[in-house]
Amino acid sequence: MTDPAPAAKIETRNLNFYYGKSQALKNLSIACPPNRVTAVIGPSGCGKSTFIRTLNRMNDVVVGTRFEGRILLDGKNIHDPDVDVVELRRRVGMVFQKPNPFPKSVFDNVAYGLRINGLGKNRRKIEETVERSLRGAALWDEVKDRLADNAFALSGGQQQRLCIARALAVRPEVILFDEPCSAIDPIATAKIEDLIHALKKSYTVVIVTHNMQQAARVSDHTAFMMLGELIEFDVTDRIFTNPANRMTEDYITGRFG
Amino acid sequence: MKERTRKSLVQFLGFFMLRAFLFLVLAVLVLFLYDIGSKGGPAISWEFLSQAPRRGMTEGGILPAIVGTFLVTVVTALLAVPLGMCAAIYLNEYARQSRLTRLIRLSIRNLSGVPSIVYGLFGVILFVNVMRFGTSILSAGLTLGLMTLPWTITASEEALKAVPNAYREGALALGATKWQSIRTNVLPYAVPGMLTGTVLGLARAAGETAPILFTGAAFYLPFLPHSLKSQFMALPYHLYIMATQHHAILQVRPLAYGTALVLIALVLGMNLTAVIVRYRMRRKHK
Repeated sequence: MTDPAPAAKIETRNLNFYYGKSQALKNLSIACPPNRVTAVIGPSGCGKSTFIRTLNRMNDVVVGTRFEGRILLDGKNIHDPDVDVVELRRRVGMVFQKPNPFPKSVFDNVAYGLRINGLGKNRRKIEETVERSLRGAALWDEVKDRLADNAFALSGGQQQRLCIARALAVRPEVILFDEPCSAIDPIATAKIEDLIHALKKSYTVVIVTHNMQQAARVSDHTAFMMLGELIEFDVTDRIFTNPANRMTEDYITGRFG
Repeated sequence: MKERTRKSLVQFLGFFMLRAFLFLVLAVLVLFLYDIGSKGGPAISWEFLSQAPRRGMTEGGILPAIVGTFLVTVVTALLAVPLGMCAAIYLNEYARQSRLTRLIRLSIRNLSGVPSIVYGLFGVILFVNVMRFGTSILSAGLTLGLMTLPWTITASEEALKAVPNAYREGALALGATKWQSIRTNVLPYAVPGMLTGTVLGLARAAGETAPILFTGAAFYLPFLPHSLKSQFMALPYHLYIMATQHHAILQVRPLAYGTALVLIALVLGMNLTAVIVRYRMRRKHK
């Protein structure tokens, strides 16, 4: 396997991950370059979601898990004792599989991260950031007159873009997408894919998806995983046109999965 | 066709049975309330509610019992509400789900099934004797508080469990600390349920006799309690005495019915408050 990435913004090195006795990730080394979209594809249960949740230590809250190996953000091990997990999660934002807006107003959803991070003193500044984040998530025009409405009143696709805006508001460096389109319709999916494409100008993006076309459309690099192992990791074009591994080829041509 | 008629007949019978059982339960309740209402209603008057009993409790009112029950319930709430909610938050949000927490949870469930007289006797030893609070509002309230705790903990934990995990994870992923995620994204949605369960527990405590029997309730006091260390009259105990222990039992019967009616109204009022509070808070978050 050739090294497709010059320098990594966030990467795992020889990562093993266990749920109790069963091993979910096996010696996984994936390096996500800065200002690029890295997609992780693979059949259900291959460990994609587990992988992406290790990057902002969301698995910390899952009981009975343990890991070996290293996860580096800007070359710094995110499990070092001097790393504050709260600060790590501010720097590495996450958008979940199902849109999970909070049962608050649209405005308060986006402002949430600012307030809990102590940036909520200045009302003017919050309003500016909320608008900027909603514009960044391509949602502003649709909700600018409904900022006080409950977020549950939005459509599924709008809710997911709201969650993206919410993540953008705290100025992360990396944004993780855990199958962000699996619960929304094709038109909303197209909007979010455009958005992901635009986001890489300012952010490093990692996206897990079971939708190969989606990976082909939005990503610069693609990792193919199976049963917790990395099978192939390369520039997206090459993965989809000329994969080195037979299993990758079988998967992307739809022979299994 | 035949199969279809048979199925719809079975369905009809099934629904009929369910309805019949529901009406049976309602009928018992209505009968019960009617009986107490019709016999207790005439006894209710301003005098009955605002005066102390007179002439060996054959005349006068039940004011000391109303005040006593109110004060004891306040003490009960002060112990059971904060402690129960905090214990539930710890158990559900912070404690590792291990064999130990399962054992603790099982014990709490079992405690809610312990007969109230056992709590009463425990209260005599702990609060009256060891802690030297004497037979008093304080001892009785704390005893009822202990009895109510398992209910408040269990109800509060159920309310916390009903909050979707996505709210917690969503907050954590934005850089919230665990406490921030609980305070801003879990408690606001759990508190209505926590309050309802808690008030139901308190209403039950307000109607209990056995736990206050030895810890502070007095047979007959013509005056109001003047401190937490005072003995007191309580509605359920007063009712018990009027109904079974009084020497002029037929003469005081209307007063007993009146007391029962006031007690039921009190408990109903508390439950109604809980329902209204929950409805209001739910609507605020919708």
